[in-house]
Amino acid sequence: MKRHLLSAADLSRDDAELVLRTAAELRELADRPIKKLPALRGRTVVNLFFEDSTRTRISFEAAAKRLSADVINFAAKGSSLSKGESLKDTALTLEAMGADAVVVRHGASGAPHRLAHSGWVRSSVVNAGDGTHEHPTQALLDAFTMSRHLGTGPKGSLDGRRVAIVGDVLHSRVARSNALLLNTLGAEVTLVAPPTLFPVGVESWPVEISYDLDAVIPKADAVMMLRVQRERMSGGFFPTAREYSRRYGLDGRRMATLQDHTIVMHPGPMVRGMEITADVADADRSVIVEQVTNGVAVRMAVLYLLLGGSEPAVGGEE
Amino acid sequence: MSTSYLIKNVSVLGGEPTDLLLKDGVVHEGADEAGAEVIDATGLIALPGLVDLHTHLREPGREDAETVESGTRAAAMGGFTAVHAMANTEPVADTAGVVEQVWRLGREAGYCDVYPVGAVTVGLGGQQLAELGAMADSAARVRVFSDDGKCVSDAVLMRRALEYVKAFDGVVAQHAQEPRLTEGAQMNEGPLSGRLGLAGWPAVAEEAIIARDVLLADHVGSRLHVCHVSTAGSVELIRWAKGKGVDVTAEACPHHLLLTDDLAATYDPVYKVNPPLRSAADAEALRAGLADGTIDIVATDHAPHPHEDKDCEWAAAAFGMLGLETALSIVQQTMVDRGLLDWAGVADRMSHAPARIGRVADHGRPIAAGEPANIVLYDPAATRVVDPAESQSLSRNTPYRGMELPGRVVATFLRGRATVLDGKLQ
Repeated sequence: MKRHLLSAADLSRDDAELVLRTAAELRELADRPIKKLPALRGRTVVNLFFEDSTRTRISFEAAAKRLSADVINFAAKGSSLSKGESLKDTALTLEAMGADAVVVRHGASGAPHRLAHSGWVRSSVVNAGDGTHEHPTQALLDAFTMSRHLGTGPKGSLDGRRVAIVGDVLHSRVARSNALLLNTLGAEVTLVAPPTLFPVGVESWPVEISYDLDAVIPKADAVMMLRVQRERMSGGFFPTAREYSRRYGLDGRRMATLQDHTIVMHPGPMVRGMEITADVADADRSVIVEQVTNGVAVRMAVLYLLLGGSEPAVGGEE
Repeated sequence: MSTSYLIKNVSVLGGEPTDLLLKDGVVHEGADEAGAEVIDATGLIALPGLVDLHTHLREPGREDAETVESGTRAAAMGGFTAVHAMANTEPVADTAGVVEQVWRLGREAGYCDVYPVGAVTVGLGGQQLAELGAMADSAARVRVFSDDGKCVSDAVLMRRALEYVKAFDGVVAQHAQEPRLTEGAQMNEGPLSGRLGLAGWPAVAEEAIIARDVLLADHVGSRLHVCHVSTAGSVELIRWAKGKGVDVTAEACPHHLLLTDDLAATYDPVYKVNPPLRSAADAEALRAGLADGTIDIVATDHAPHPHEDKDCEWAAAAFGMLGLETALSIVQQTMVDRGLLDWAGVADRMSHAPARIGRVADHGRPIAAGEPANIVLYDPAATRVVDPAESQSLSRNTPYRGMELPGRVVATFLRGRATVLDGKLQ
């Protein structure tokens, strides 16, 4: 694996499968009474969050702590965008504290890339979501979740599995990372959105695109709904929330057209009633809560593989 | 008693070697002169002193980024004898007082003639015409008006500005950027902006304004200048307008001739500029347009920024890049070395034509007996690796760091006085 995880494109198929395999081992820990491993004892992981994201931060925090790393949470209020302390100075501070890994969430696309490549820090950088760019650990946990439900063979392969990703692709870092990673893993991705919520050039992505949700979902093995922020309405991307829900929301009527084995996913936080109705979110086929559990295991695997070593994460049992 | 210079064996515009005597601020052809300082210019090309129609000198207001003195030192090192200082200073150059201040600072520095550009609208606000006539009548004799950095997007205001400046033979230089189509824009809109998650700056936002403005200029019979043309579609529109007889001129920047948008994948804001770096096809269309005269001139859009405004995340960084000291080398690399332009063509695009558009009388003249001795001596066979630390600018935001570029300015003469000699600032 590379030293940093900035984009899902950084992962080869071997890398991605190694992360998923490691996560599967670590996932077993969740069922043990003592959930802690000594793998990263003495290492320091900094959660550097320029944007509020409680769920992603606590997921990384739990992951690092279960590997016995020391965790520093650094909620940087404001970025250089808002004339707070600059990204560079924050990075230099963390470097001086001896961080081994920096998990960064930032509102500006490319900020983790700058952190990794500007010579400001020597530590590994993990992108925990940057602007409208990428969120690679979310894609890994989504792939892990799909693999558990839909995977075939001993490796839980996603080859040929059909995944529909629905919603605000234009502004979604989750969609970008998932499109790249699922393609790497052999799945067939279809992005579904109104034409205004696709980025220019999406034809060059390794995915199918569709404007018609009803035509896509009966064939899908997994349907991933993306959050749609109501403020997109004021940008004129669609006329009203009601029209959006009618055309691109997942409700009980649409859920009835899914295959029996098809799972429903959402990276959270959900806007119930907008892109997903409550009955769908709470249905048996919904794996939304499990995604959260899997998130910790996948982030443990990522931190372990970036920081740890060649030793197995869960050792001494065979 | 000023020094005279006898320049021996110099190739004027790439022609046969000859001798030039620069004395009393004027060119004397083939003359010999006892007591003149002799410069062996074997292998060097003489061009008329370069004229930049688009320079940001930042003074008054952002003296941490550049001053009139530092910017004109950089200009001299790049072979320029005249620069037009853009109006987006603090305060904005929208009154006779500010333009006279900039003009006077240029005279005091003495490296290069400074022609202030006046703002079209008060405070670049796009609401009300600035006192264009007062700036035209001031000691600075402003002839070029621009809200550069912002587009005069209101069609009525643009029409009035085009009409109004006819009274003193002025020109409106438009920063063509439809504001609503470029809200929050960070880079060229295309497949890469979608992948990088950076808000796109679509070509149509430039082209829509150019299309409107050439029609307006035609309608009211005014002349229009288009700043920093960056797209193939813009070149096509300007070609069409010129074919129709519209009095429009246009500029291209060196960075748009050479660099392309794939550099944004580094997320290094040194490549962040407005308008943004475009596709390879756009750069090729610009070079073709510059070769066939659709694009009249090269202008640098030299835009200094302090380190902290570039040493940050992309979205937080300022737009703009340095350009004065590298412009001639980039034009050599992209145009001359590819056979698209000869040295006479370079003299036209970088001196004669910009002087004509800016209505600057003493620059952009032929190199001939009796003409003002504004001349640059250039060694096209030299090469150099760009080191930002060597720049005369106060800023370091050059996108050419570490690149090997052809050519070197050996000497620059402003009215017969050397501002650069042996490649060193005087």
